[in-house]
Parts: sequence; structure tokens; C-alpha cells
Amino acid sequence: MNWKRFFLWGTTAIVFAAAPHVFTSSFALTLLTQMGSFIIFALSYNMLLGQGGMLSFGHAVYSGLGAYIAVHALNLMGKGAFVFPVTLLPLIGGLAGMVFGVLFGYVTTRRAGTTFALISLGVGEMVFACVLMFPGFFGGEAGVSTNRVVGKPFLGISYGPAIQVYYLVAVWCVISIAAMYALTQTPLGRMANAVRDNPERAEFVGYDTQKVRFLQLVLSSFFAGVSGGLSCINFEIVSAENVSALRSGGVLIATFIGGVPFFFGPILGAILFIFFVAALSGFTKAWLLYLGLFFVLMVIYAPGGLASLLLMHIPLLRARRLGRLALPYLLAAGASALALAGLIGVVEMVYHLSEVSGGTMMALAGLEFDAHSHTAWAISILLLVAGLVALRFAASFFAQRWSAVQLEMQGRAS
Amino acid sequence: MEFFLVQALNGISYGLLLFMLSSGLTLVFSLMGVLNFAHASFYMLGAYFAFQVSTRIGFWPALVLAPILVGAIGMLVERFGLRKVHRFGHVAELLFTFGLAYLIDEAVHLIWGRSAVDYRVPPDLDGPLFAIFTSQYPIYRGFMMLVSVAMLIAIWLALTRTRIGLVIQAALTHPQTVEALGHNVPRVFMLVFGGGAALAGLAGVIGGNAFVTEPGMAAAVGPIIFVTVVVGGMGSLAGAFVASLLIGCLQTFAVALDWPLFFGLKLSQVAPVLPYLLMVLLLIFRPKGLMGRREG
Repeated sequence: MNWKRFFLWGTTAIVFAAAPHVFTSSFALTLLTQMGSFIIFALSYNMLLGQGGMLSFGHAVYSGLGAYIAVHALNLMGKGAFVFPVTLLPLIGGLAGMVFGVLFGYVTTRRAGTTFALISLGVGEMVFACVLMFPGFFGGEAGVSTNRVVGKPFLGISYGPAIQVYYLVAVWCVISIAAMYALTQTPLGRMANAVRDNPERAEFVGYDTQKVRFLQLVLSSFFAGVSGGLSCINFEIVSAENVSALRSGGVLIATFIGGVPFFFGPILGAILFIFFVAALSGFTKAWLLYLGLFFVLMVIYAPGGLASLLLMHIPLLRARRLGRLALPYLLAAGASALALAGLIGVVEMVYHLSEVSGGTMMALAGLEFDAHSHTAWAISILLLVAGLVALRFAASFFAQRWSAVQLEMQGRAS
Repeated sequence: MEFFLVQALNGISYGLLLFMLSSGLTLVFSLMGVLNFAHASFYMLGAYFAFQVSTRIGFWPALVLAPILVGAIGMLVERFGLRKVHRFGHVAELLFTFGLAYLIDEAVHLIWGRSAVDYRVPPDLDGPLFAIFTSQYPIYRGFMMLVSVAMLIAIWLALTRTRIGLVIQAALTHPQTVEALGHNVPRVFMLVFGGGAALAGLAGVIGGNAFVTEPGMAAAVGPIIFVTVVVGGMGSLAGAFVASLLIGCLQTFAVALDWPLFFGLKLSQVAPVLPYLLMVLLLIFRPKGLMGRREG
């Protein structure tokens, strides 16, 4: 078993080290750095939702407030008030996040389930309103800006160039992943699972469920604070957006898309989410609609997230039956492409008509057309409907083939 | 005295609007166990539909049509979305409505744009109702109170005095028995969810022109309704009523008062935080809420 574990962690470290040499553009480097700090954030969120069964709508509070404390610490260091290595700044963010975790967690973890979700939302809104109320400390809407290059370079590391920041994030990310994984193996991690699955029985065994939830939340807020500290170094600005409900919702969506039941799920989710936000928001103003639609479809059809979809295929890969699914996958991909093209056409035309002033002519995917014309609407809607119908057939074909392959594998095993 | 009376009336009318929203949320929660995160989005849809209908045919048809449209959307959502997620449990249902809120908000952005629309109080209801000392009290505020109170009485009568109301109440506690007696429980749930959405839509029709109809209105009022439900005690209609009036008055008075507090802040500046502060304090001293029944 041990060599397998070494292999897994080794590969993770190598992927982190090699990523900026494979994707060399500066845009890719910014994306990778953001992904690194968001991976920590999403994993810390999954300590609540996945491992503790706590659906939080206010997790950005801990990363955001951690980032605020970190940015003030960095500014004080810049003024020479005290000397501290920038490398360890995320630790300050983490400890700050933890302090707020103790403070707010005492209130939020008094209840579980749906009530916890609502209370976390309320606390999140409260903190957001407070941040706007004290512009002296929080900088109002504009936020607090800083300069990450502080003091003399140490071994040539000044954190001026973006690549050095990436490696800082990567190292913190690997350490945090390892630490959070280790936490799942501790008695506290196990008890968090027990409290998630059956709080009543956990109480009968003699554990205080509220205390377990509280400890889990405090630890989770530490890692959220670490990610806040890293994003403070990366962006050199911390604003009210860092504690907003939008950010709390973002980490929830990312974690869920990745896969809540699996430890590594949020890593996938964070990578995909940053890609969605950064890449798609450059192309279309309606990116949040596409993201929301993707999220809703995942909730309906794949509650285990991308990780569960991937893991479903491992037995097939082992039995060398993956090729049997190639045809249904191809059909499904074709049908989805049709439906997606139609959907994008409709959404972009609606958006063009309502928001863009200056004519109804628009360009999409290299085509120029009039957003008011009946032809464009008819084609888009036709594509959408045809795609959905085709998808329906493709899905039932896929289900048939899937169960046939499962049966074959069972037959071979017995 | 004059100041106090005017603020109290404003607070009560705002509180009643909050109750129109929190009652729908509470009903759906206590009947289906689903916390509808998109409830405030249905409120916003109601306001936008009312704006659209009232520019074409007038306010009075909008008062009827907009809630019906929102209710129909709610039923479709239950039938083709929520019902599929039901088997994955309540967290999945909550997440579904959370995603739905994103979708509705973005759809509103796409269709009506990012700035406020010109949805106004109809001329018939524009004017003073009566005078309190020197200030005029607008008719529309009175109309809002009238509609919300009428709606409350209608719900209460429908739930306790009609056959469908009794079936709904029975389906809440004993779904299997009710199903065995030949009632279509999934359809009951669909009606309840649609009804909750329609209530939110009605609140949107009368709240949209009293305040502002803009894409941020769902995000502004949503957390307040959730806080109201927690403060009142999850699933308690009476608790939601008390909490709505309490929070309505609290906010209205706080916004109007300029008492200096700490750090050079005035009470009116702290007003947005007060409902949340109330929630936190209540949770510390009375975790089950004002009228909550059980600890959970």
C-alpha cells in the first residue's frame, strides 16, 4: 500500500512543479496561481460539507477576514513595524481565520442541518455589512492594497516575479492538501464523519456533536485563512468582494462540482471553477448563467460530482471494457454539442438585445447575423430542441450499453 | 409622537411584506422539508412580471396574473427539477434551489438588463390616505397592509377549512397513509411549492413598486427572510409572523434614527447589521428561535 501512496503524493508534487513549464504564458501562470489558492479554499470547505455534513453559505468570511489581517500585516512589514518572512504570511492569515472561526463557529455550530446553513448565511451577510461599515480598517468598496515585495530578497526570492508567487502557492497548497488529508485520518476527522452520518448515535457513544462540529469548523477556517493569505500575496489587494456571498457561493459550487464525497473531489472542482471564471468570463457576460446551469445539472444527475463520474469508470478500465463505451459517448457528445450550440445562440441573442446598444447585428463563433431576425431565432431553437431530443436517445442508448457491460463484467467475475 | 406613529406604521407594513415572504418559505419548509433558497428570486420574478404586465394592460390584471405566472414556474420547477433531486435528500434539494436562484438572477439580468426598471405605483393608489399630524400617509402603504392581511386570512382558511388544506396538513406528517387513501401526494407537493412561489410573486407585485425593481432585489431581501425564519423558529408560522414584524420595525426605526453609537457611527449606519445581530444574540440565548418547537 505504501508505495502507492508515495506514488500519488509524488505525482501531485511533480504536477505542481511542472505545470508552469508546460503552460508557459503569463495568463496561464495567473490561472495556475489562482487555482492553487482556490484548491486550498475548496478543500477547507469540504472539511465542513463533505466530512462534517455542514452546508455553509458563509465560508468566504474566514478566508476574507484572514486576507484582511494578512494584508494589514504585510503593510506593517512594509513600513518596518516588524520583521517577518513573506513566505510565512499565509500562516498569519490562517491564524486570523481560525480566531474568527472560534468566534463565529461558537454561534453557527450550535445547530446542524438546514438551520446551520441559514445561520452561516446570516453571519456571512453580517460580516459583509460590517466590512462596508468600517472603511477605516477595511477600505470600503475599493479595499486595501499592498505591495508584496518587502525587505531584502532571501536567496534571490523577493516575490516580485509571478513565477515565485506561483511556487509559494504551490508549496503551501501541497502542504495544506497533505495536512487536510492527515486530518481526515485522525479521531476528530472520523468523529466528524460520524456526526455527519448519525448525530444521535454519535451522542450515545459519548461525543458532544456540537463540539465536534465546532472543532471541525475551527480547523477548516484555519485553512480558509491560509488561502486568503495566499490570495492577498497574489493579488496585492483585499476588498469587500473577498467576504461576499458571491465568493461563499463560488466555493460551494466549485466543491460540489468536483465531488463532495471524495477527498480529492474539490481539487478537480477548484481547477474547473477557476477555468470557468477566468476563461469564460472573458468571452461572455452570461458566464454565471452557464455556470449555474452546469451546477444545477450536476445536482440533478451527478450528486457525487466529477470525481464520482471518473471513479465509475475505473472498474471498466481494469476490465479493459472502456472501448465499448466509446460509441455511446461519441453520440452523447454530438447531441450535447447541438443542444449547447442552440442554448448559447438563444442566450447570447437575448443578452445582445437587452444590453448592447448600437444595432441588432452581432457576431458569434465567426458568424455575423441580426439578433432580431426570425431565422437566427428559429435556427437556435431548432438546434436546442433537436439536441435535447438526440440527447435523450443517446442517454438511453448509453444506459443500455452501460448495464450490458456491467453484466458482462459480473459474468466474468463469477 | 408623530415620528413614532409614522415609523411604526411603516415598520408594520414592511414587516407584513416580510411575513408574506417568510410565510411562503415556512409553509414550503414545514410541508416538504425543503428550504427554498430561490424564494427571494421568485419575489423578484413577481415584481418583473408585474412590471411587464402593468406596462401592457395595467396594474390590476398584473396583481392577479403575475403571481399565477410565478406559481406556474414554481410548479414546473418542482415537477421537473426538485422531484428528481428528492431522492438524494434535503441537502441536494437545498443545493438545487441555490443553483436555481443563480439561474433566475442571471435570467433577469439577461432579459431586463442590469439597471432598475420603471415599475411604479398605479395612479389610482397614488396619493395620501390620511394625515398623521402634519405628515401624509400614502394610500399604497395601506393597500400593501390590506393585501398582506387578506392573503394571511386566505391561507389560514384554505389550510384549516378546505379539503385540500386538510390533505396538505395530513401529507405533512403521514405521507404514506395519505397516499394509501388515494391522494396524489407528489401532486400535493407540487401545488404547495407552486403556492409558495405564487405567494412570493404576490409579495413581489406589491413590494416591487413600493421599493425598487432591480436585479439586486432578490439578493437584498433574501438573507433578511432567512434570518426571519431562523429568528421565528424553523417551520413555525406564528414565529415567522412575530419575527417579521419585529425585524420590520427594528430596521425601519434604526434607519430613521440618528443616535450616535460607538466609533463615530450612527444608529442609521448600523441598521443593515441589526437583523443579523438579533439572530446571533437569539441563537446564543434561545437556540430554537422565538417559537421553534424542537431542538435540532
